[in-house]
Amino acid sequence: MSRHIRVDPILCDGFGQCAELLPELVELDEWGYPIVSDAPIPASLGAEARRAVAMCPRLALALEERRAREPAGAAP
Amino acid sequence: MNALALSETSSAVQPQLLSGRRYDAPLPVLSRTGDRERLLAEIEASGLTGRGGAGFPTAIKIRAVARDRSPVVVANGTEGEPASAKDKVLLVANPHLVIDGAVVAARLVGAREIVLAVGRGDAAAIAALERAVAERRDKGVALRIAAAPTRFLAGEESALVNWLNGGPAKPTIERPFERGVYGRRTLVQNVETLANVALIARHGADWFRRLGTAKEPGAALVTVLGAVRAPGVGEIELGMTLREVIALFGGMTAIPQAFLLGGYFGTWVTAHDTLDLPFTNESLRPLGASLGARLLIVLPQDACGLAETARVVRYLERQSAGQCGSCFFGLAAIAGVFERLASGGVAAPQAVERLSRLVAQVEGRGACALPTGAAGLVTSALRVFAREIDAHAAGGCCGPHRSRVLPVPDANDNEWN
Repeated sequence: MSRHIRVDPILCDGFGQCAELLPELVELDEWGYPIVSDAPIPASLGAEARRAVAMCPRLALALEERRAREPAGAAP
Repeated sequence: MNALALSETSSAVQPQLLSGRRYDAPLPVLSRTGDRERLLAEIEASGLTGRGGAGFPTAIKIRAVARDRSPVVVANGTEGEPASAKDKVLLVANPHLVIDGAVVAARLVGAREIVLAVGRGDAAAIAALERAVAERRDKGVALRIAAAPTRFLAGEESALVNWLNGGPAKPTIERPFERGVYGRRTLVQNVETLANVALIARHGADWFRRLGTAKEPGAALVTVLGAVRAPGVGEIELGMTLREVIALFGGMTAIPQAFLLGGYFGTWVTAHDTLDLPFTNESLRPLGASLGARLLIVLPQDACGLAETARVVRYLERQSAGQCGSCFFGLAAIAGVFERLASGGVAAPQAVERLSRLVAQVEGRGACALPTGAAGLVTSALRVFAREIDAHAAGGCCGPHRSRVLPVPDANDNEWN
């Protein structure tokens, strides 16, 4: 199990606070929407990650526990 | 919506999927756990994967849904891909085989409700399903037909489920096998996949594997369009070469320039690299291609791959549900730059570089596969039509007189509900 940041791209309106609070794991595309790192959250950033999740104005960020092999959502 | 000539089908194998044959033998009852386990093991051993394009192993998906107390089965025949017709043809040729598969799947997962989803614009498929449903005497399971909006994204699993739940046919971040129709675990399977489930339930895994390759077993439906003598839908054995598949459709009517494989989420490949390769994902993966819903379009020498791609990318951009920022803004930007590239009005190196940057920003983003699919199409076009790009920049633009090969529906279908 590892802990990751997940963004709900439908809820996200591109406020961009996550990239300010957690630049190590979140960068913004040229339209201001977050590109979230796939890497596990390092222990040293745990508090910052929780803060970024709590501060998202659209509540579009979440912490997610991932098993090594999650089944992928099926495409159309 | 779709102007394909579908009156004729071609088959390389003794047709099973398109035979139109109705089996009289009853379906397995599967009331005991052991019976269900045995058939699931058989489906697993058959190696059947989803025939809607994503290719997910069918047995794993069925097992994921079977954990719920009252799941739902959705037979997905919406086929929103404008260039694909195999599901529509299958539903007309053999609606009972699809329903047989849905009934078997329902018995495997313990569902009492089956939704037969089809595009609202596909009158022939709806009529065939209505006739077939009226003839069914399946016990313990209710069948209903749902005519979904006829548009590209409406058949995406989560979008279809969202629509069945009363919302717009737009993708969500829910995974239907966890939370689907009525919030219950829902098995959404492509209609060709279900037809194969019915055949495997009757004939077994070994019978299924008598055709195809070890990694991609079975027969499969294909749609072949473009510069071929008899475009349409056929049943092939996986592992035939592209040349053999094309021969089944009367052969080519012009010297081929490139093939579009897998549809509008697919990949351009050069014709001479691929003509003698097996029509399997395994053989085409090294070229960056996958077969998706098994679509092959032959682009003749006199067509312009850039203009064709520009039209399709603009179509895909218009199909965006507008829910995810990177898709909404990204695809619009990509379509704009690609159109300018195709019309020869920009400096090519800068446009190509800009497209590469845009593609990197939409790939893998968003709630569904639309941005990633469009990105893959653009990337492959830049690679395969690199010489054309230089010619366009040098003023040798092909202009509107070139023939149009890829079918793109009118943008007047705006229904989401």
